Amino acid sequence: MNDRRAFFKSLVGGAAEPEVAAADPWLDRYSRQLVLPEWSEAAQRRLQAASVLVVGAGALGSPVATYLAGAGVGRLGIVDDGDVELSNLHRQHLHFTPDVGVPKAQSAAAKLAFLNPDIVVEPYRAPFSPAMVEGQDLVVDCTDSFAVRYAVNAACCATGVPLVEGGVTGLTGLVMAIRPGESACYRCAFPAEPADAPSCAEAGILGPAAGVIGSLQALEALKLLAGLPALTDAFLQVDLATLDFLRVTVRRRDDCPDCSGT
Amino acid sequence: MPVRSLDITGLTCPMTWVRTKLELERMAPGEALEVRCPEGEALENVPRSAAEAGHDVRVTGAIVRIVRR
Repeated sequence: MNDRRAFFKSLVGGAAEPEVAAADPWLDRYSRQLVLPEWSEAAQRRLQAASVLVVGAGALGSPVATYLAGAGVGRLGIVDDGDVELSNLHRQHLHFTPDVGVPKAQSAAAKLAFLNPDIVVEPYRAPFSPAMVEGQDLVVDCTDSFAVRYAVNAACCATGVPLVEGGVTGLTGLVMAIRPGESACYRCAFPAEPADAPSCAEAGILGPAAGVIGSLQALEALKLLAGLPALTDAFLQVDLATLDFLRVTVRRRDDCPDCSGT
Repeated sequence: MPVRSLDITGLTCPMTWVRTKLELERMAPGEALEVRCPEGEALENVPRSAAEAGHDVRVTGAIVRIVRR
């Protein structure tokens, strides 16, 4: 509005009236990221227009969904077919003791709506299915099984939807950003499931270890959405016991069953 | 080229620089913005942040004139 007034003023040669900046809840909410040299109003608007699917509302999904909701991702889908259990609470910070027995997707969505009422959160109490990827701008895989991880990777490769992969077991974690058709996919990096992979229940886990990996996934998701350089054609291997971070370069495989046709 | 002007006297840090930064993002290179700052912290921070971002900055009293790089 002020822009238009200033424009007409400038045509008749008068001095433009200063635009008086007033308090603005939208600017206030996102001010600490807007102030970053790497961030901009355009990046914020891209986030607002984006639809992101978070697969899994557990230990990785909690920090991922929390940070993406807080950052202002306009539409957040939360997929999880499980219910909150007492043994989840030490690492899954979107769920609290009174939530035990409640579907995780719903429990997560309720907290996210409190965190940021300006966004749309859609809970899906269902297992992951490839059709869920259609129409998304980004998928963040926060599941704990290799089978689902490969299914998510294949669905993202087939539709060209960018993906952030992550995994944590014990005190070891991994993060990888994927732009299908441009950068190496998860199956390029890990063609086959490790034969001796322990499940989360067998391996045990410290809550903050998952928090670190989930936070890194959220960070990479924001970079991909904003068009900033991300952890593509590489994965980050994180040793949470020694705090060694190792960046391992990965190349696309010509014979990758998931992405070679894209 | 018309000079844009922005009054941020009603804001406090860091909103003073956030608002100025966003105004600069909407401008073309070479365009000038005159920012009326509140006395105190903002009058130090806004010119410094603008200079750090690579813009041309001149301060006259409470007016910070920034030419977008």
